[in-house]
Amino acid sequence: MIDMTVVELSRWQFAATAMYHFIFVPLTLGLSMLMAIMESVYVMTGREIWRKATIFWGTLFGVNFAMGVATGIVMEFQFGMNWSYYSHYVGDVFGAPLAIEGLMAFFLEATFVGLFFFGWDRMSKVGHLVVTWLVALGTNFSALWILIANGWMQNPVGSKFNPDTMRMEVTDFMAVLFNSVAQAKFVHTVSAGYVCGAVFIFAISAFYLARGKHVEIAKRSMVVAASFGLAGALSVVVLGDESGYVATEHQKMKIAALEASYHTEEAPAPWTVIALPGEDGGAPSFSLQIPWVGGLITTRSLDEELLGIEELTEHAQLRIRSGMIAYDALQDIRADGTNQDARAIFDEHWADLGYGLLLKKYREDVGNATDAEIAMAAEDTVPDVWPLFWTFRIMMGLGFFFIAFFAFWFWKASTGKLDSNKNLLWLSFFLLPTPWVAIEAGWFIAEFGRQPWVVEGVLPTFYAASTLNFWDLVISLSFFTLLYTVLFVIMIMLMVKIVKAGPKDHFFIDSPDVDDFVVAALPATPATKELGS
Amino acid sequence: MSTIPLDYETLRLIWWLLLGVLLIGFAIMGGRDLGVGALLPFAARTDDERRVLLNVVGPTWEGNQVWLVLGGGAIFAAFPPLYAVSFSGFYLAMIVILLALILRPVGFKFRGKIADARWRATWDWALFIGGAVPSLIFGVAVGNVILGAPFHFDDTMRSFYTGNFFLLLTPFALLCGLVSLGMLVTQGASVIVGRTDGLLAERARTIGIWAALGTIVLFALGGVWVAFGIDGHVITSVVDPNAPINPLAKTVELVRGGWLSNYGAYPWMIAAPVIGFAGMAMAVLGLNARWKLVPLLATSAGIFGVISTAGLSLFPFLLPSSSVPQAGLTLWDASSSHTTLFIMLLVTAFFLPIIILYTGYVFRVMRGPVTTTSLNNNPNAY
Repeated sequence: MIDMTVVELSRWQFAATAMYHFIFVPLTLGLSMLMAIMESVYVMTGREIWRKATIFWGTLFGVNFAMGVATGIVMEFQFGMNWSYYSHYVGDVFGAPLAIEGLMAFFLEATFVGLFFFGWDRMSKVGHLVVTWLVALGTNFSALWILIANGWMQNPVGSKFNPDTMRMEVTDFMAVLFNSVAQAKFVHTVSAGYVCGAVFIFAISAFYLARGKHVEIAKRSMVVAASFGLAGALSVVVLGDESGYVATEHQKMKIAALEASYHTEEAPAPWTVIALPGEDGGAPSFSLQIPWVGGLITTRSLDEELLGIEELTEHAQLRIRSGMIAYDALQDIRADGTNQDARAIFDEHWADLGYGLLLKKYREDVGNATDAEIAMAAEDTVPDVWPLFWTFRIMMGLGFFFIAFFAFWFWKASTGKLDSNKNLLWLSFFLLPTPWVAIEAGWFIAEFGRQPWVVEGVLPTFYAASTLNFWDLVISLSFFTLLYTVLFVIMIMLMVKIVKAGPKDHFFIDSPDVDDFVVAALPATPATKELGS
Repeated sequence: MSTIPLDYETLRLIWWLLLGVLLIGFAIMGGRDLGVGALLPFAARTDDERRVLLNVVGPTWEGNQVWLVLGGGAIFAAFPPLYAVSFSGFYLAMIVILLALILRPVGFKFRGKIADARWRATWDWALFIGGAVPSLIFGVAVGNVILGAPFHFDDTMRSFYTGNFFLLLTPFALLCGLVSLGMLVTQGASVIVGRTDGLLAERARTIGIWAALGTIVLFALGGVWVAFGIDGHVITSVVDPNAPINPLAKTVELVRGGWLSNYGAYPWMIAAPVIGFAGMAMAVLGLNARWKLVPLLATSAGIFGVISTAGLSLFPFLLPSSSVPQAGLTLWDASSSHTTLFIMLLVTAFFLPIIILYTGYVFRVMRGPVTTTSLNNNPNAY
């Protein structure tokens, strides 16, 4: 039987490393675009201050990018390390977008990022601008392919289970590429990254403006960040990835969980603003609802009904029973590859095989499951409602807040009154962490909301883990936690130093005009003498 | 799909070759930076010298590491069972490699941001670990592939690994690790000799010569060991290279020295070890003569030869099993589907030449010797 402790620890490790990696990715997405925009203004106007701004934000970008690269390679390797059955089971489909990400996106981004930092004096103005745009382009392509891979986990189109090889195989690659869930996720995620970058630049600039430092660069940066951030915030909400949720059954389950809607609502469904869990954490005992809005948000229509958790669970039972038939037929095919009857039965029921595998939690011989076990497995298809319900409301609330925030500052910038109220500037500075709250919430909703599936309807999470032992996981999880924590503290410390030093003509934060730092105990060489003098 | 213009067997062979190209690509390109990292505390003594070294590889190392990312991605996409079995089986070894690799990007980026001797020394050792440890362990992993890894499958293709981390550290595997470390250190030394002058280049030259000589001796010793001390795996059943994957459908026999049987069947394969030896020998000559470009080209050829030797000796195996030899993975029974291999070939054929072109362009822009003077004039230097 499967060791559930190993599964749990593997899930914790993947969640921790993915959410940690996802601290840096959105900022890379946003900052690379904003740097490219600022440098474009520099090339078009020829004003040195825009170059200075690009280099300054670029320094912060560099620290963040290094963290992204350091934690990114862990993500790619962990599928095979901790989720080896997953890797075998869906590698034929899932591996391709990951490899294409390397070929098309990450190579571009990583090769040109060196030129971004080191190419200023070695290239023409336009040449360097092209390099900066290529870095931004590579970053966005990277998000595209990762979300095509992730979109397939949410909505596994274009593929079929092959009983001879015991795995999912590609039948229609174009369907995998143009998966509606993947496309919606891509737009939603890159927009969130743009908002993140915009808030980052805006908040730090507001800090400068509030203290009356680096005013010229701060104001210019705020104008760019407010306009770009407003566009990003509108896009992130309007093109929210909920639009893809109606595509499949479990996405419907996710919606039902996000809305805590235990029973099917007639169209157009109301939207629950807040609700409190009932006894034993089930259907809400109290809820405040706005009519019609729920149907509009989730189905983008007024006549499509929103299915409730209980109806969806009942339907899951049907699919589990069908999955048991598929499982038995698969056993027959594995025993005798020429059994055409079994193949015919399997072809009819294969799409429910994953539902059959849910029973593996309760017994090995899935085909003989009792009614009670089937009912338990059906209950397993319901994700944990209340964490999702509240996380979703935090994310949405922040999404609307960002629109208001940037609209306000866009208006202030248009009227030339960015620095009219110091308190507002300080407030804006302290809002710096908010995009990460929204972004991590979004990632949590997407992944936790997909449970119990790692690939929706195809492969249950507990069935996908590697056959590692407890201590393997304890060791790896401890080392990752330790190293990641240390690096995070160092990164924040360096970013604070860079921000305190501010934009410089020379971009070493230890260059002689920075008095905060003392050159300590370096062996005396011509360069360190120069540094210290 | 009946519309695929290449048959399954051909595609599997092409992907086996492409996997070799990507892994050799990483060893040659990423090896530059891993080697320089491993040499950092020894070839460079003062802070200035270390900054020179970091700035020699700094502008291009990130792109070079993508060869590894792509190698990992290609194994996943083209040979999923290999990816599943090897990455989970060698779990703690992979963790060590990852922890070491994590230190690299932050080491490069963080080190120069604060001018404090202890701060910089800490990151110097982090960069040393980030360079030396993966170089060694990649070789240890290859050694364990040659020895066979203890794994088997159940009837659902779930893999079980019955070894542990310390069982990976056998004398033969450690020897392979030293070959890998030796050739990547030679590569790093060749980069340093090519791009710097003075004491720095002299120290790198000395270390590089010894590393190359060591590689030659250990590579030869490894060959003798494989011939007389290690069982090779030989498939004794008929293999259909066009069949759907099923690693359990074959029978395998162990034969002492069996990994050398390919050289009898295909004598041209002897070119691989010859290039390996000749490349490393030429690197010794080039370093000794203080040539700028020859050592790098020669070491690259040597790396190509040595890794090709391992790949060709194992053919058609990708990962033999020491506990249940029948479960060993070959390129015929561990690949992706016909469709996926073909799509990935199209994508690779389109993008790989473009990647090589722009990488060449970036190296050209960043060419030229790095000296303390040029470094102090560049405000973005590491």
